[in-house]
Parts: sequence; structure tokens; C-alpha cells
Amino acid sequence: MNKHAQPDLTAAAIKGGVATDQRHDSAAKHVTGTAVYIDDIAEPAGTLHGCLGLSTIAHGAVTSIDLDAVRGAPGVVAVLTGHDVPGVNDISPTGRHDEPVLATEKVEFFGQPLFAVIAETREAARRACKLAKIEYDALPFVTDIGELDATSGKMVAPPLTLKRGDAAKAIASAPRRIKGQMRVGGQDHFYLEGHIALAIPGEDDDVTLHSSTQHPSEVQHMVAHALGVASHAVTVEVRRMGGGFGGKETQSNQFAAIAAIAAKKLKRPVKIRPDRDDDMIATGKRHDFLIDYEIGFDEDGKIRGVDYTYAARCGFSSDLSGPVTDRALFHCDNAYFYPAVHAQSAPLYTNTVSNTAFRGFGGPQGMMGAERVIDEIAFALAKDPLEVRKANFYGTADRNVTPYHQSVEDNIVHRIVADLEASCDYQRRREEIAAFNAKSRIVKRGLALTPVKFGISFTATHFNQAGALVHVYTDGSVHLNHGGTEMGQGLYVKVAQVVAEEFQIDIANVKITATTTGKVPNTSATAASSGTDLNGMAAQDAARQIKDRLCDFASDKYGLPKDQIVFLPNRVRIGNQEIPFADLVKQAYMARIQLSAAGFYKTPKIHWDRDKGEGRPFYYFAYGASCSEVSIDTLTGEYVVERTDILHETGRSLNRIIDLGQIEGGFVQGMGWLTTEELVWDDKGRLRTHAPSTYKIPLASDRPKIFNVTLADWPEANEPTVHRSKAVGEPPFMLAMSVFHALSDAVASVGGHKVFPALDAPATPERVLMAVERVKAAR
Amino acid sequence: MTSRSHLRFLLNSEEVTLSDVRPDATLLDFLRLDRALKGTKEGCAEGDCGACTVLVGRLAGDRLVYEGVNACIRFTGSLDGCHVVTIEHLRGSDGGLHPVQQAMVDFHGSQCGFCTPGFVMSLYALWMREPNPSDATIEKALQGNLCRCTGYEAILRAARAISSYGEAKRDPLVAERAVVIERLKAMHDGARVEICAANSRLVVPSSLDDLAAVLEAEPNARIVAGSTDVGLWVTKHFRDISPVVFIGGLGELRQVSEADGAITIGAGVSYTDAYAALATRIPALRPLLDRIGGDQVRNMGTIGGNVANGSPIGDTPPPLIALGASVTLRRGATRRTIALEDFFIDYGKQDRAPGEFVEAIHVPVPDAGTLFAVHKITKRRDEDITAVLGAFHLTITDGTVSSVRIAYGGMAATPKRAKSVEAALAGKPWTMETIEAAMATYAQDFQPISDMRASADYRMMTAKNLLMRVFLESSGETATVSRHEAA
Repeated sequence: MNKHAQPDLTAAAIKGGVATDQRHDSAAKHVTGTAVYIDDIAEPAGTLHGCLGLSTIAHGAVTSIDLDAVRGAPGVVAVLTGHDVPGVNDISPTGRHDEPVLATEKVEFFGQPLFAVIAETREAARRACKLAKIEYDALPFVTDIGELDATSGKMVAPPLTLKRGDAAKAIASAPRRIKGQMRVGGQDHFYLEGHIALAIPGEDDDVTLHSSTQHPSEVQHMVAHALGVASHAVTVEVRRMGGGFGGKETQSNQFAAIAAIAAKKLKRPVKIRPDRDDDMIATGKRHDFLIDYEIGFDEDGKIRGVDYTYAARCGFSSDLSGPVTDRALFHCDNAYFYPAVHAQSAPLYTNTVSNTAFRGFGGPQGMMGAERVIDEIAFALAKDPLEVRKANFYGTADRNVTPYHQSVEDNIVHRIVADLEASCDYQRRREEIAAFNAKSRIVKRGLALTPVKFGISFTATHFNQAGALVHVYTDGSVHLNHGGTEMGQGLYVKVAQVVAEEFQIDIANVKITATTTGKVPNTSATAASSGTDLNGMAAQDAARQIKDRLCDFASDKYGLPKDQIVFLPNRVRIGNQEIPFADLVKQAYMARIQLSAAGFYKTPKIHWDRDKGEGRPFYYFAYGASCSEVSIDTLTGEYVVERTDILHETGRSLNRIIDLGQIEGGFVQGMGWLTTEELVWDDKGRLRTHAPSTYKIPLASDRPKIFNVTLADWPEANEPTVHRSKAVGEPPFMLAMSVFHALSDAVASVGGHKVFPALDAPATPERVLMAVERVKAAR
Repeated sequence: MTSRSHLRFLLNSEEVTLSDVRPDATLLDFLRLDRALKGTKEGCAEGDCGACTVLVGRLAGDRLVYEGVNACIRFTGSLDGCHVVTIEHLRGSDGGLHPVQQAMVDFHGSQCGFCTPGFVMSLYALWMREPNPSDATIEKALQGNLCRCTGYEAILRAARAISSYGEAKRDPLVAERAVVIERLKAMHDGARVEICAANSRLVVPSSLDDLAAVLEAEPNARIVAGSTDVGLWVTKHFRDISPVVFIGGLGELRQVSEADGAITIGAGVSYTDAYAALATRIPALRPLLDRIGGDQVRNMGTIGGNVANGSPIGDTPPPLIALGASVTLRRGATRRTIALEDFFIDYGKQDRAPGEFVEAIHVPVPDAGTLFAVHKITKRRDEDITAVLGAFHLTITDGTVSSVRIAYGGMAATPKRAKSVEAALAGKPWTMETIEAAMATYAQDFQPISDMRASADYRMMTAKNLLMRVFLESSGETATVSRHEAA
């Protein structure tokens, strides 16, 4: 699509502007196998391959490391330990100094990298790894947060408390009270392309890295830190990832750092691509949570006060667990107003891999607490949960202050839910399902409609900035670069649409280029759904600077006021004449006008005081709702998702077809989290679900049998975002809560909706059956 | 006996001759590392994600059959006389995108794109055999392909539309089939292949008798048919599997026949090839066969291997035991046939002597009027390994259980009959009271374990409840959830 075609100089509109359906820029390359991922890059001559040696106990002091057999194995060139790290043996992304590149004296989880083998081939490195003889003094370990105290347990980061009003008093004085606990499981990212780093040593201190990372700047900083060199010596590049989902936000650092250390030491390129099992064992996942809640409410189902404790399995180090557990608290309200609330987090230390970012970043787990509370109230009052949900929605003018004291100014949840309730025929189906269940002894159906309100912005305010670099060449073609990374979400094409729109040129004239720290520095991770919001604005800024210069130039040259210079599709109207865009560019070049610009954007309005638990951490909120219907087999717990209807909004979408893909894909990924994706650790602290044979993400045959997804066509962003579009990466993930609650509803039907199923997540067939048995026993 | 020390196969348009092949060398490494064909991806290296899907064409009599396989666990040594087709070989009639590729582009079937070549290959195989598939057929064809981005909906849209982009019969692989058949036939020279490389050895016998001879001479050689299990021994555990005897190409072992009320399945018959006979003659096996692995695994894996391997969670032994199947073992010219249930002695231990190999399995077709049902319990419905699998074969005469065979997988160290349960049912009236009494006897037959697939409690509970399901469904009550109405 980047072939240089003659632009249509009479077109009424450009091809590929904003608010048009554009296919993914690499679609044709994807389907032909010609899209180049890092493992597909032709290896430089002499490239070596690394494999990480992992610990075989969950916690202990390392008493001896005998790597002689490893060194002597065929093809082995070098073996590195933590003592070979020339700079600082630490890759903690938040500077807490709690995460070694390679562990030395102690290991803190089963599978922690202890050494790296560098060999002539990947296979030789992998085989040699198995020959290490490592002895430990084993120490007691804990993998399950159920064994820990959420107030006095060891934390990896300071907990957060949010409070508004006097929750204890509100609960105590409420007509009805419930106290309970819920377990919400973690999730492996299962990006299809595993982690990979290719380090190519350069002159002096230089090293260039191809890293499968969502955060090239952080990889750059970590590699520099580990090498003990300045950041300017390290260049990190990534054209595309085969999926990220948060799993490549910080977890790329380790592979990149080790590859770089080996490459500099051996003066040869080094590639590290862990096997899928090692990737799943040694890299972090979504946090699992234990949520304690106490609620006070009235007979109408209105909440008076809530108290939450969100305890999370963080693993052995902080990584991003502080901000993840913070975001869980930020979403303990979902779309509901709490007159009084007290919520605290407990980022607990465990002897498991350090958990990390994953689509939603704690938000989904936070919302599961809110929806659990709604379900409890509905049960206690024998009401339809949808009625209780509606009764507690945030207001628009009042009842609109969040637990973190930000007012919800853009609330559209009422209309989203009302529209969906009507379009999916909720009330009629509710009756039909009741009738079905009355007749069917073994197979039971369930239905649930759940809303999503998700806060958009990094809660660490300083991350909400972005840069872009735009060049216009003398033939009128455009080179686009920005700090965002492409992991499949369509960021690159959306930003290219913004630039095409700005210059009024066909998108084919905009060349999308690999993200590199050499072009745009000090970038933030492509995360928090912010990729388009931030980078789109930065690219727009860069394009506008060049456009303004072109405008000034034309105004000067042709002696016309600036409002007589109008950028039309592929051409520019200057007074009464129209000339091709490329011609104006050429003229500007001859007149020595700079045709390159660095753009910048920072999100306005946001601020956050963590100590006080007050501020405006989010620029805006994204909304959606979904309704799911399931069938369960009460003899085995097996189930089928019969139908899901989704209504979601992305403001005035830049590209509805890309957004639709995010919604469908996010939903199914969320459904996997809440249904079949189960992480199991054994009594040795060893992860037993470390490959697709044991860890089950959804298949095509797991998606809802009927799957109706609609993008609301009426909302637009309240704030002046890029073309009034809204973020779409994470919010749809949480639409999957409707599946979980539909399962719970089906289980509850076994006891005539009188016994609360207290279903935990993931709702595997086993958990569904056990819940059925509990309900049967109690009815 | 002629023999040669090199392999010959077609790779896309090119004839490949290899004389330096280790028995554990995988097709995926050959493609990516030796041939720089980088379109085929490694996602898991264990045959579960499908990112490495390629087509392998093989002669079946006078026909040439193309099937999707997982290149990551397919050994190169097993490819003699085959046609390997990778994503790089796909082309449209005008040199542009192939219809499958164009549909995937137009319907936005890719996001990150890493799984996409594998999906394209699976859809390509489907389109050639079934140009206008139902959703159920598409989903079955994609059971072996994982996508983490799209939620599959866009891929389904693309799959439904492929035939509007071109006719399968005009596809190069279809149109050029006669030429390829001739090229492959020319490679089948009736010679044994023996290759020694890097202290290892592989043999591809020329015939069934040659296989018997090879194993007599080398009784401890590793017999590999589909490599859906042995592949992982290599990619995950670096086990030394040499010397290896590849039997997947032996036409004599790929025969299915029926005589005297029993279906005989050669040890080299894949699940895919067994499907037609088994699903037609024993319809209750169809839902199970639809849920073993994904298409790639079903195209590679064999029922003979599933039996010979002796896994307690193999999917075919319990129903075969319930049906009273027997297995023929051969050593040299000597054959013996034993009841299948006696073949499984203990965990990892089968009644197979060195030099002996499974030649065929004989499956009695249940009489009309008998009740035969198989139920597999997994965490994820499709492409998942069994937690519990129950197979029930009963005759109810005048409301009384006149014969009963029940076998389970996942409940013991071997596939195992539920003898106490059978005893509690035999001769009793086929009633709820009998079922409940029989459910109380399970603990005498089974003490299942807890693992990552299921807890012991869940295994025991569902094992019992499956008997209840069989009872309820025998009286017409719905006691199963299903995604698609029975075909």
C-alpha cells in the first residue's frame, strides 16, 4: 500500500482520512507471511543465541552454582551470571531495586532466571541449560495470597487507600448488610509471538536492539543501566509485535538486557527467544486478586456504603504492581456511585513470578468486585441484578463523584445500557429463560447485562506525554514516526490516518516506520489504551507545524492572506489556483523551508495526589455494556455461551473497523480470563499451566454462538481528543463480565435464585459444577 | 531390498534431497533456519497453537491428499515422498493475493498477524475440501489455531466469504495435482531410507514386512507415526529418540476395513482417515473424534499411536475398551491378538515386547439396539486434553441391563474398566435407583488424582454424573450442552 501512486488531484476526499474504515496497514503482509517479526529478521553473520537457566525451587539461598558442564557443552560460547552484569544488576521498572537481571544469592520464585547460556545455535543453548548443577538452601515460600494477611503481609509496594464519606458508619446504619469474599484468577498474556531480543553490538559503547517491547524507551534505559553506559549508546527498535496485551510493557527488559550484555561482551550479535514454556514460566501475568467486601444498602437496592480490600498476588518484586493495584481501586466503582466508600489495596509479596501489566491493568479485577457487590444485593433483595445496577449508576449532575474525588462529567452509561437492554430484548429473554429453566432439569440457562466505565490516562501523570517525528520529502511523500508501538491494535494506521487528514494527502503517501528510540525519545509505554490519544495528537502536532510553515511560505510567495491557502485532497488551493501538494512542497524546499518537525502532546487537566487519594487521574471515561446468555450442564459444569450483545462507544471513531476488532477481540480475551484460563501452581510452587496444552485460551468455537457487536454511533468525546475519538484498547476486555455473571445466574437457577452461588473466577467447568453443588446442598 | 541414504520430497515447487537429517530434526526448523522461509511461525513448539501450520500432500493410492500439519512437531525424516506447501507458495491466479488471503484482508481477519499464516493455511486446506463450509465446519477446521487478538469473529467472516473470491478447483494445488502426483510417484521407488547423521539414525521402511524386519534387527528402535507426542519429547525435553523408525508413510498400515462385524484400523491410520468409517458405523464416536486435538493433530496422530503410547488420558482407549476392541501385535512374522484392555498393564507399561509393534486394532461395531455413549470432560471444550472420559456400552433388555462395559480415561494410571460399577448395573433394572446405587460404587474402581486439569473431587463427581447423563439421555432427556445441533 506504500507503493507510490499518482495522487488523484480532483478527488473530493482523500483516501484514508480520519473516521474512515481502513484495514490494518500490514494486513497483506500478515496473510502472505511477509510481515517481518524480530525472529524473521535476517540474522547478522556470527549471531549467537541465548537461553536462560531457571531456578528449580520457589524460594531459597543459592549455595552453589556449578556451570562447568554447561560451559563444556557443544556449541556453548559463554555462560553469564548476575556477576557478569557490568552495570547494575537490576531491571525494576519503578526504580525499587528489587528485580535482578539474573538472580545471584537468592531465588524468589520457581523459574527465576539465574544464568544465561550463549551458544552458536538456539538448540545448543537450550540443551546446555539443562546441564547446570545448582544447590539451594530452601526457605519457606508462599504462592497463594489466601494464606496471607492483607493488612500485615509483606507488600511489594505501598498500598493505596481511597475514601469518601464514612463508609463504616454508612454500612453500620444501612437497613441491609452483606460481607463476603471473592477470588479472581490471573491470566497469561499468551501473545502468539513470544518474547525476543536481538542485540547487535556497535562501536564504542553502542548497541542496537530489536526488542519485542511495548516500551522501547524503558528497554533503552534498562539496557543502559545494566551495561553501565549512557542512554545515548543504546538504540531500541521495534516495527511490530505479535501481540503484547501488557505482557511486553516491562517484561522485555530482561531478555533485552541479557542479550545486550552478551553481545557487548562477546562482540557478536546475540538473539534470545525463550521457548513458550520458559516465556510463560519466567514472565509476569495478570494479578490474581482476593477481594473482601462489606456493603450496606437499602431495600431498594441502593448502596449506602462499601468497604473493599483488594489483595493481589504480586509475585516476588514490585514491577508494576503498585500502579496495577491502584487501578483496581480506581475501578472498584465501575459505573456505580458509592455515597460512602473505603477501599484499600494490598500488593502482596509471593514466591511467584512478578505479575505485571495486562489489558485493563487491575481495572478488570476492580470492576469484578463492584459487580459482585451488585449481584449480592440483587440476591438479597430477590431483584433482577440489572435493576440494582441501574439503581446505583452514577448520576450526571449529582451522585457523580468517584471514590478518588473526580467527578464523572461524561456519563453516558444510562443510554448505553438502556439502548442495549432494548436491542438485545433483555426483559423478554429473561422471562423465556425462566420458563426454560422451569422445564429443563439438567441444562440451565443464565442471562446477565453488565456495564463498563473505564478511566483513560496513565495514573502516573507524567506518562501522559508523547512525541512524533514527521518528515515531508520533496516528492510530497511523508515519513511518519512516533513513540507508540504496533502490537496488532492498529495504532500505526490510525496515526497515519491523522497525518493524512492533516496534510490532506492519500494515506498511501504516508510511510509508517518502525518505532525507535533514535527518532522519538523518552516515550511512554504503548499502554493504558492511550496509544492513539497520545501519539495521534503528537503526530498531528508535527504535521500541523509543517503545514503552518507551508502555509506561511505560500502566503509569502503568492502574496495572499493565509486564509486563501487551503489544503484540499492531494492539492492546495492558493488563491484562485490549485497546485499539487507535492509541487508546493518542492517550492517550499527550494525556498529553504524546513520540512521536518517533532511533535509533542501532553494530556491536559489531569493530576493525582496519591497520598491524599484525590485528584483527576483520568482525562475521560470510556463506556460500554454487554449482555450474555449461557447454558450450563449441571451434571458436569460444562457450558456454552449462547449469545452476546455488545454496545460500546469509542467517541467519534477514527476507524470503526479497527475499533470493532478491538471490541470483539478484547471481549473474547476477557471471556477467556473469566472462564477457561486457569493458572495452577503446585505444592512446590511450580506453575503447572505453562503451555497451550495446559493453559486454555478461547478458540473460535468458544466465542458466543450469536455475537452482535455494535459501535454506538452517537457519542463523541467530551474532551478535545484527537478528532473527538476515544480509547478502545482496554475497555472492551471488561465487557466479558456479562459471561461470568450469566454463568452465575444459571447456577443460581438451580436453587431458584435463593442461594447465592458465590462463583469465583475463572469459572471453569469445575468451578461451575462445584457452585452448582453448593447451591444444591444449601437449597 | 534396495535402500538409499537420502530423503526426497517436494517443498513448494522445488524438489529437495536431504542426506544429513537427524531423526529429531523438525520441519519447522528446516523451513525457517535452513530455507529462510520465515512465513511459517513458531508459537508454542508443541502442536497446540497452529502458527506453524503448513500443508503436507501425500499420496493415498492414486489420490494426492493435502492436510494441515504442525511443522513444529513434524519430523523432517517423515516427509519422504511428500509435498510440503508453505504460506510462501500461495498465489492468486493473477499473481496477487490468494482468495483465502484476500478474504482475510478484506474482512480484517488479522491484527498482530503472527498467527495469521497458520490460519490462512488451515482455511486453505478447508476451502480445498469444502468450499462452502458451515460455521460448525469452519470452527472444527480452526480448532488447532489460536488467535489472541481478533476474538475469531473476523476470521469467521473471512472464512465464510472465501469462495466468493475464487473457485477452489482453479487453485494451483488443485489444477496442478496431476503433475505433482507424477513427481511424487517418481520419488516412491520402493526403497528403504536409512540415514545416519550426528550419531543418530532414522529408518523409513519400504513396506510392512520391511518394518517388521527393521524392528527385529533393532528391537528398541522408537516407532514414530504421527509424532504428536514424540514431537514434544524432542522440542520440550530434548530426549534422544534415535534410532527412529518412521511408519507414517506405510500405505499398508493406513488401511481401514470391515469384516465380521468389526472394523480393523491399521496402526498408521490417522484420526482424520479413521473418521469416515468410525463416525458412520459408530455414530456415538463422532462427537469424541470431533474433539480430539485440532485438525492438524488429527491429520498427524494415529489411533494406533494413541493406543501404543499407553497414556491414561488417551481419548480412544476407553471407548475402544468399552466396545471390546482387540489389538494385533506383530514381531517378525509372528502375530498375536489380545483384548485391548489387557494391553495396558500399568502407568507407562504396556504388553508390548521389544521388536513388537502394534499392527492393527479391531473394533467391534456395536449391535443395533445397544446403548453406546462416550463423554469427554475438559476445561476448554475443543482441543483440550481429557480430564475425564467415560465410555458406556450397555444392552438393555426388557428394561434390564443385560450386558455392560464401562471404561474411563483420566481416572487411573491406565485407561480402565469400571468393574464395580459394571457389577452394580449388570442384571439390574435400568432405573434411577440402579444408577444411584452404581454411582456409590465408583470409589471401589477409581481413586483419581488432582492436577492442573481437574481436582480429584471433580473427576470423581463428573465420572459418576456421566453415568447419570447416559441414563437420562437414554430416556430422551437433554443432559448435555452443545454448541451446534448434532449434524
